[in-house]
Amino acid sequence: MNSLIPLLVAAPLAGAALLLLGGRRLDRFGHWLATLLAATSFGFGLALFADLLGRPGDDRTLHETLYSWIPVNGFQADVAFQLDQLSIVFVLLISGVGTLIHLYSVGYMAHDERRRRFFGYLNLFLAAMLLLVLADNYLLLYVGWEGVGLASYLLIGFWQHKPSAATAAKKAFLVNRVGDIGLSIAIMLMFTTFGSFTFGPVFGAAGDAGESRLTAIGLMLLLAACGKSAQVPLQSWLGDAMEGPTPVSALIHAATMVTAGVYLITRSSAIFNLAPDAQLVVVVVGTVTLLYGAIVGCAKDDIKKALAGSTMSQIGYMILAAGLGPIGYAFAIMHLVTHGFFKAGLFLGAGSVMHGMNDEVDMRHFGGLRKYMPITFVTFGLGYLAIIGFPGLSGFFSKDKIIEAAFAKGGTEGWILGTCALIGAAVTAFYMTRVMLMTFFGEKRWQPDAEGHQPHPHESPSTMTLPMIVLAFGSVFAGGLFVYGDSFVNWLEPVTGHAEGDSPLTPLTVTLITTALMVVGVAISYAMYGRSPVPVEAPKGSLLTRAARRDLMQDEINHAVLVRPGTGLVASLVFFDSKAVDGFVNGLAATIGGLSGRLRRMQTGFVRSYALSMFGGTLVLVATTLLMRSV
Amino acid sequence: MSYLLTATCAVPAAGAVLTAALPAGTTDARRRTTKTVAVAVSAATLALAALVAVRFEPGGTRYQLTESYSWIRSFGISFSLGVDGIGVALTLLTAVLVPLVLLASWHDADPAPAPEGTFENRRRTQGFFALILAVEAMVIVSFLATDVFVFYVFFEAMLIPMYFLIGGFGDRAGGADSAAQRSYAAVKFLLYNLLGGLVMLAAVIGLYVIGQNQGFATFDLPTLTGAIADGKLVIDPVAQKALFLGFFFAFAVKAPLWPLHTWLPNAMGEATAGTAVLITAVVDKVGTFAMLRFCLGLFPDASKTFAPAILVLSLVSIVYGALLAVGQKDIKRLVAYASISHFGFIIMGIFAMTSQGQSGATLYMVNHGISTAAWMLVAGFLISRRGSRLIADYGGGQKVAPVLAGTFLIGGLATLSLPGLAPFVSEFLVLVGTFTRYPVVGIIATFGIVLAALYALVLYQRTMTGPVKEGVRHLPDLKLRELAVVTPLVALTILLGVYPKPLTDIVNPAVDATLSQVHQTDPAPAHPVAATTGGEQK
Repeated sequence: MNSLIPLLVAAPLAGAALLLLGGRRLDRFGHWLATLLAATSFGFGLALFADLLGRPGDDRTLHETLYSWIPVNGFQADVAFQLDQLSIVFVLLISGVGTLIHLYSVGYMAHDERRRRFFGYLNLFLAAMLLLVLADNYLLLYVGWEGVGLASYLLIGFWQHKPSAATAAKKAFLVNRVGDIGLSIAIMLMFTTFGSFTFGPVFGAAGDAGESRLTAIGLMLLLAACGKSAQVPLQSWLGDAMEGPTPVSALIHAATMVTAGVYLITRSSAIFNLAPDAQLVVVVVGTVTLLYGAIVGCAKDDIKKALAGSTMSQIGYMILAAGLGPIGYAFAIMHLVTHGFFKAGLFLGAGSVMHGMNDEVDMRHFGGLRKYMPITFVTFGLGYLAIIGFPGLSGFFSKDKIIEAAFAKGGTEGWILGTCALIGAAVTAFYMTRVMLMTFFGEKRWQPDAEGHQPHPHESPSTMTLPMIVLAFGSVFAGGLFVYGDSFVNWLEPVTGHAEGDSPLTPLTVTLITTALMVVGVAISYAMYGRSPVPVEAPKGSLLTRAARRDLMQDEINHAVLVRPGTGLVASLVFFDSKAVDGFVNGLAATIGGLSGRLRRMQTGFVRSYALSMFGGTLVLVATTLLMRSV
Repeated sequence: MSYLLTATCAVPAAGAVLTAALPAGTTDARRRTTKTVAVAVSAATLALAALVAVRFEPGGTRYQLTESYSWIRSFGISFSLGVDGIGVALTLLTAVLVPLVLLASWHDADPAPAPEGTFENRRRTQGFFALILAVEAMVIVSFLATDVFVFYVFFEAMLIPMYFLIGGFGDRAGGADSAAQRSYAAVKFLLYNLLGGLVMLAAVIGLYVIGQNQGFATFDLPTLTGAIADGKLVIDPVAQKALFLGFFFAFAVKAPLWPLHTWLPNAMGEATAGTAVLITAVVDKVGTFAMLRFCLGLFPDASKTFAPAILVLSLVSIVYGALLAVGQKDIKRLVAYASISHFGFIIMGIFAMTSQGQSGATLYMVNHGISTAAWMLVAGFLISRRGSRLIADYGGGQKVAPVLAGTFLIGGLATLSLPGLAPFVSEFLVLVGTFTRYPVVGIIATFGIVLAALYALVLYQRTMTGPVKEGVRHLPDLKLRELAVVTPLVALTILLGVYPKPLTDIVNPAVDATLSQVHQTDPAPAHPVAATTGGEQK
């Protein structure tokens, strides 16, 4: 069975290589080939899952070493894989949702002349993401980590002719690189501390290292997670990343890649558990981001950007849970999976709407679409109910558990975190209801596109609706399935550990409050967007609304703190290099060799004699000095 | 005694003479003969270099395949050659790159309407190709020489062909004053490097004098380093520092290290793309190579004394070079400043004096050579199409020439050390190797990876994305010859990123030997775990 593990990565990697190098011959069937290879990975994943199920709980870790990658004295990096209860969850999510989104893209990208390349990039993404969750050491994880960053870069900028897409792609890569500094330094710290960066040995020895070192490693891992998972303060790239084709937003910027930070923290639980200060920073980052994303999500009129704000916020919940330690890890991953279903479904629904509306994204130009796109409406609606935590649906279970765990942190901290998580739940209900109402209900506010074509909304083809239906099923049932008999928690426990917290509130109380706040959020939203017509032009809005529309000034802050001083520094250095450094040395040279005077002669053919005479001079000097010595 | 090493240097040298002697390139057919001969010679050199690598036994003695011919007996100078693992790696790099550079430069020396003042005559094509082969021969001798004096002579001699390559052949993309610019660049290159060479010469002589006084009247490197290591040859600390600085100065000019770097952007900017690759990927490597072999081997104590200061300079190079690259308007100067940043990493790896740092630095020399060659040569193809080096003249290239754009992107990604590509392996090793001994330096250097992403991706964005610019609209995609140049480079970049073990196996023992010369051992981990290589559990 072990030998199947590398094949999980190899299948989509082969697809990427074929599609990107294969040329036009593959144009006709390349997209189906890519979809098939994604499905192959999923098949392997299922087989491995079945194998793990057949083993006892403490024997569900498989290792497979392919070869020695970078061997230098004491520094051993292998291309080696580890499959356990945690990674198989990701494998199934990535390859499963990945396959569905490949299928969806067959329809969505049908008219794009560069479709083959798009599918090549998608396959590349799958390979890198699977490598990320299957690596058995941090350096190989790093390859997957930046590999998904590359795929994300290529796909955000897929429509490169749009300057905004190219800029967004570059921004995403750069912000992620800042996070990658964290991963780099974390690996270096592990190497100097343990002489290794392989999971097993590092986690085994973590107890020997002092708390301060573990805290440093933990904070560096958190920095990496902030970049990849768009957490404050490295969140600024995710909204712009919506420039990419919508299937990309669904797969990479909602369901899988952006959750890699949660994986990283959960995987490194052995380190974080012994570094409470680092954990505290993790929960603060998660809590701040869950509120930040929710506020931004309330103000956006672009349907994809509203969903992106929501993604940020939901990942904030996961990071919060992961920071809580053993009382939260399993719930972080559980929410990650359910979110993978409903958020991917919501994005695919948004893509379906755009598909029918001439690629319009402004929700103020939607309205009343439920009659025209019934399947999209129903599947999107189920995803909506799941994310707001409607009782019985996926999000209800997974988010509720996180809020409980936040209270269970205990003390004042517990109250603060729990309250913030509750507020976030209410705001989630508000902004998602807003999206729902503005898109599918109310009067038609359709506008002609740039070329004057009136939109004629229609239901999307079956390659697109089928994945949406499957994901809707996941959105509805996954949560209930996971909490039934605590199956999900029990499954993960051998890897992440699990502890019951000591909550000041009973689970029932938390559930009741959460549900009540959800109803409040929906009601306010309905009062604002359901009962009165939505203006086609955005009203001026309050100060907070205006700030939220601009992502709470994130770009302005980055610009003022980094870009402007950076540009100034570069400009002054360019000046300094040509005037000061170069000028100084040239001045010296001119004084010695009369360079400036001779420059004119250079142009008229004395070049050779000049150079030869200099070299001749050197030789003479050599000879004389040597002769002088021997005399 | 085998003649393999001599043959490896002699073939390109003889090829240079032969190429220069071929009939003047008055017709296309004659020029094609010249070019074919030159490429054939460089291919033969590659075959010989490959043979050297095959014959070399990584676990064997330090210098292998040694040869020695008495030259100037009264000074103990002999033409001695020998390779260690580092030499093998760099000889192979040179031998791989030169044929590709020749192929890439196929039309660069055709007698097109050359601007006034350039080195132009009927033998122009012969000259260009012969000069490149001459440089190859001299560089290979430098990598193989085990005699300090022989090394010095060839280290200096390669300035002559390089001078003519820079001054005589431009990329036809410069402005009206391009001939003046080119002459300026060539003279600047020459002056900087001559100055470095002169200082080194003084140190070489000083070394000989000190050795002679203690009964070692020789330039033989293994003899000298052996005597120094055994304490038979004692150089007093002051003299050792002075001699070290003399050698180091020359190598730091060549490498180049901040603040001695300013000749490089001029030279790489004005020369043809092929020559620029020759400068940064091959010739400059002699400088960093020599730091490892000569500075550390001959002056171990002084090397340790100056290591912190050199690390600071290399750190400045990394950050400064990258920031300057961000600010460039000229594609080739951007690549040049990026190289300055990379040379900072190489020098940092060498002077961190850990096995990860030095193995990483050696790999870095190879990987930087390959990846920068890919990046620069594709940039050269682009520039030759549009006739401009200015980034602002490009835009939307991806739409008109997707293959060219794709390879240009891969070159950029390699430059920013994307994991999975070769430069990542070496850069990470250098960072780790530095971090274990100098954590703060390692952390600051890590910031270089963000700046690298900035300049590489901004260059790609401005040239290849967005709406198609006027003047770019009809650029053809890569031709077969150009593909033949780029494909092996891209393949090597990926191969050495995924499976660098063949290279590390050759390099590691030489690095161990170097480190034992300076009496350095790697810092031990604070809380070591039992070494595992992935513990297979069935």
